[in-house]
Amino acid sequence: MLKAILNRIIPHPQLTGFLLLTWLLLVNSISTGNVLLGLIIGLLIPGITQPFWPDRPKIARPLKAVEYVLLVLWDICVANVTVARIILFKSNANTHSHWIVVPLEVRSPEAITILAGTITMTPGTVTSMLAADASHLLVHCLHTDDPDAVRDEIKHRYERRLKEIFE
Amino acid sequence: MELIAEILVSALLVIAGLFGLLGSWGLVKLDDTMRRLHAPTKATTLGVGGVLIASMIYFAVFLDHLTFHELLITAFLFITAPITANFVAKAHMHRDIKERDLPPTGGQYGWAGYDEIGDAEQPIDTK
Amino acid sequence: MITYALYFATVCFSIGLVLNIWRIRNAQGVVDRILALDTMVVNAIALIIIYGILENTAVYFEVSLLIAMFGFVSTVAYCRFILRGNIIE
Repeated sequence: MLKAILNRIIPHPQLTGFLLLTWLLLVNSISTGNVLLGLIIGLLIPGITQPFWPDRPKIARPLKAVEYVLLVLWDICVANVTVARIILFKSNANTHSHWIVVPLEVRSPEAITILAGTITMTPGTVTSMLAADASHLLVHCLHTDDPDAVRDEIKHRYERRLKEIFE
Repeated sequence: MELIAEILVSALLVIAGLFGLLGSWGLVKLDDTMRRLHAPTKATTLGVGGVLIASMIYFAVFLDHLTFHELLITAFLFITAPITANFVAKAHMHRDIKERDLPPTGGQYGWAGYDEIGDAEQPIDTK
Repeated sequence: MITYALYFATVCFSIGLVLNIWRIRNAQGVVDRILALDTMVVNAIALIIIYGILENTAVYFEVSLLIAMFGFVSTVAYCRFILRGNIIE
């Protein structure tokens, strides 16, 4: 009974917390008034937009998610240097671009979205398209001599971790 | 302390400037739209990210005014950059690339931009 | 030292803006222009923040946040227009 009432008032607790945090960061001060205003926003917006959130992503292992974020941040720095070297030191004729098809094992839309975003942000690869039944990902690689190795790295480095986080 | 912060802020600014310039240079130098997509999405995010973090350290150390707005802007840019890149790639493929130029999916259906399947069989809305 | 680093970064991002304009002028298609305009927005954000540090004021964060949002929304709207023929269905 209590749980049902609580579920009605706070349909999306993570979103409420996230909105409160964003509001506090935006006004840049932690006072009672601002926390209250942030809570009101955090309760109103999920309440109004509830029809847009039919199911909720389940994060099975939050610690793994933190590790994943740090890994991706590090990879973004490395990616920048890699792409910088390709742009500066390789002529256009020497750059071998490839299309790479990555078969997907993760099934939840959130995991696929995060995987696509990660691929775009990391070394020389951009996600371009998803298969119509969401079973494969089309990736454009700026420069590689071994497309299969890139595919295996994406699967091993990112998809395996996402699978652990979401399933 | 102040000296370390000064060196850190200067280094971040110089690195960010170089990467920002490199992103724009890549946009000019590379010869195909799909290739060009790589330069700005990566180099510019680090460029702006570096400037934002330098600005946060600067305001916190030298003006005693710690703000988290920079973190918000950085997070916003890092979240939106892949989405923008994906949209631009899709628009480019829609206009200029035929399906026969792409590798096959290896699955039952083609790529989402070219192959329409019925809503009943669609596990995820890919449109 | 910081002042010189700021000037250096300003020059870098300004040259970046000029290169973007060159790419908009000599684009190979509409999508190219969208990409160049998006890069211009990102470079402009960096310039505004550098100007904020030079002037020692925090007023420009709101400006850059708004420009970041407008840049994202306009890029997505433009791409969607090319993809689907209209923006809000």
